[in-house]
Amino acid sequence: MKRIMKSEKHTLTMLVDNEPGVLSRVVGLFSGRGFNIDSLCVAETMDPKVSRITIVTQANQPLLEQIEKQLRKLINVIKLRDMSDDSSVRREMALICVQARPENRDEILRLVNLFRAKVIDVASNCYTIEASGDEDKMKALIGLLRPMGIKKIARTGTVALFREPKRGI
Amino acid sequence: MELTGAQILMEILKEEGVDTIFGFPGGAVIDLYDELIRSELRHILVRHEQGAVHAADGYARASGKVGVCLVTSGPGATNTVTGIATAYMDSIPMVIVTGQVSAHLIGNDAFQEVDIVGITRPCTKHNYLVNRVQDLARTLKEAFFIARSGRPGPVLVDIPKNLGLAKTDYQPIPPVSIKSYNPTYLPNMKQIRKALALLKTAKRPVIFGGGGVILSKASQELSTLAHALRIPVTTSLMGLGAFPGSDPLWLGMLGMHGTYRANMAISNCDLLIAVGVRFDDRVTGKTDCFADQAKIVHIDIDPTSIRKNIPVAVPVVGDCRQSLIALNRMITEEGLVASDEQRQEWLDQVLLWRKQHKLAYEQTAEVIKPQYVIEKLYKLTRGEAIITTEVGQNQMWSAQFYHFDRPQQFLTSGGLGTMGFGLPAAIGAQVAYPEQTVVDIAGDGSIQMNIQEMATAVQYKLPVKVVILNNRCLGMVRQWQQLFYDKRYAHTLFEHAPDFVKLAEAFGAHGLRATRPDEVEATLARGLAIKGPVIMDFVVESEECVYPMVPAGKPITDMLLV
Repeated sequence: MKRIMKSEKHTLTMLVDNEPGVLSRVVGLFSGRGFNIDSLCVAETMDPKVSRITIVTQANQPLLEQIEKQLRKLINVIKLRDMSDDSSVRREMALICVQARPENRDEILRLVNLFRAKVIDVASNCYTIEASGDEDKMKALIGLLRPMGIKKIARTGTVALFREPKRGI
Repeated sequence: MELTGAQILMEILKEEGVDTIFGFPGGAVIDLYDELIRSELRHILVRHEQGAVHAADGYARASGKVGVCLVTSGPGATNTVTGIATAYMDSIPMVIVTGQVSAHLIGNDAFQEVDIVGITRPCTKHNYLVNRVQDLARTLKEAFFIARSGRPGPVLVDIPKNLGLAKTDYQPIPPVSIKSYNPTYLPNMKQIRKALALLKTAKRPVIFGGGGVILSKASQELSTLAHALRIPVTTSLMGLGAFPGSDPLWLGMLGMHGTYRANMAISNCDLLIAVGVRFDDRVTGKTDCFADQAKIVHIDIDPTSIRKNIPVAVPVVGDCRQSLIALNRMITEEGLVASDEQRQEWLDQVLLWRKQHKLAYEQTAEVIKPQYVIEKLYKLTRGEAIITTEVGQNQMWSAQFYHFDRPQQFLTSGGLGTMGFGLPAAIGAQVAYPEQTVVDIAGDGSIQMNIQEMATAVQYKLPVKVVILNNRCLGMVRQWQQLFYDKRYAHTLFEHAPDFVKLAEAFGAHGLRATRPDEVEATLARGLAIKGPVIMDFVVESEECVYPMVPAGKPITDMLLV
């Protein structure tokens, strides 16, 4: 029962009131209680009064239980779900600006096709690639592009939804 | 009906049953105050905003009602932070109304502007910045609803200056409900049945009550459970008074400065019924060793309290009172009784521990012992006074030597440990109960932190009694330095102190002093008989330590004893 359980990644999704300060309450809870945030995503839902926050955190089972309880305790958190297992889909997105020298242009385009990514901007010496997928796919793509010289990268956090038909939110 | 923001505030306060507020005016709340003097509300003008919050807190702790305070923006607001955090840690229902600069100035670093909603986010149960006067009534109603429901706590409402005179159509607000906030009051009966099953087989059970028992008014039910099955009871500091200190089943407080028998009982019990507690580190010591022979049933309205520090066998999320009622009903229905022989063995063991190490001190003829003052105070007030404390040795000796028989009698800053709490809290309690004896048991260090509130006590003729256990040092930290830092007294000995008798007189109160043990009783008797506020300065032994003591992080069986 003691805390020897191993720490794992968890994707927590919550619906919150779309009001000023709500994100700060959520983030402040994590920093104030020493919880960890791997990534964070937030945007309005179909209902403009409600936002969806998705947080990826590292925790063992008792800590995860505490994180979930603390989040539920916030007045502005309407609903919270753990979307870490196969019953949900998870995606992130990246914009990657990679050096495109004549000798590796073909290789870049091949990778873009393989990963079902897109080149969305072309300059004389670099391509900007838009890619999305789960965490492993993004890691793999970045790993393969790295040797060609990644100039800049912008990544989102994870967003997630339950597969249908399933339990709400 | 068209009302101004200021009028709406008064209207809602009246609706919520508020009769007294504690506050301090300023530019941003001048319109609210202008309306306040025209209302029937009683306003207690404190001398520092921290005093206002602690006074509202003391009022709430003593009466069970929501404490309310009103302060201005900027420094007025920041001065409330310690008081808010104090109330938050101890789950005290309060509504703090702060002024804010006018809406069009917010974010401009205007005069006396501070983001108090941002500052207090982690130490309030919830907080609001009201943007439009149309939202004011509903926001205030929500604030009271949140403050007093579920696990209570302080809620702050920040009102920009321009809302005070802004007008809007006001209609009484229907009872508030918030879709994302639904505290669980009724326990899951499956869990109660599990608790009952454990009670059936337990040979050495102990009940451990906390502040939640007092907040949910569950003392009677706790007592019923204890007596039905003859289970000894201990409480945390916050739970003192939840079970009568004169009851034969009473173990005394547990934890760092708990009694020997309470700590031994916890460490040897096979079933622990924890009610309205959060297993603070000052209670548990080393968590791995805490009640390590016991199955634990934990009843609390706040799910985050459960399994936060201590793993439990049976979690029960629910109101303490409702949960105990359910458990007691099941005990009656099943005709459960404690097997006499078995239980007697356990109670005899507890009695033996009690005989082995009692709370003790040695009173010589020359120097006053602080414990002696509290014992005499207990005797002279027949154990009936409302006691507030500051924080440190004065607080622990009060917990040990004043035996509390009823809830809401002992008001102390348990979680945050706020020095300077006792005097303003006593003022708040005296406002709630003008006829009762209210005593702040203080140290000479902590009383200086909010001594300015003596002026408040004098102005409103609030006859609070301050008993200073004057050891010329910051006693608890000095004790740690003595025991664990080779007596290196780093800045804990006062080289200068005010003359507290003259100080009392300067405030317009009475001042008394005792320096010898044979003067203690007479001084207390004189002080308690005076109709107005009194400071009694007891010059006590400076090297006295609070025992038992469990060094921080050690198992609670590792007690340093007298």
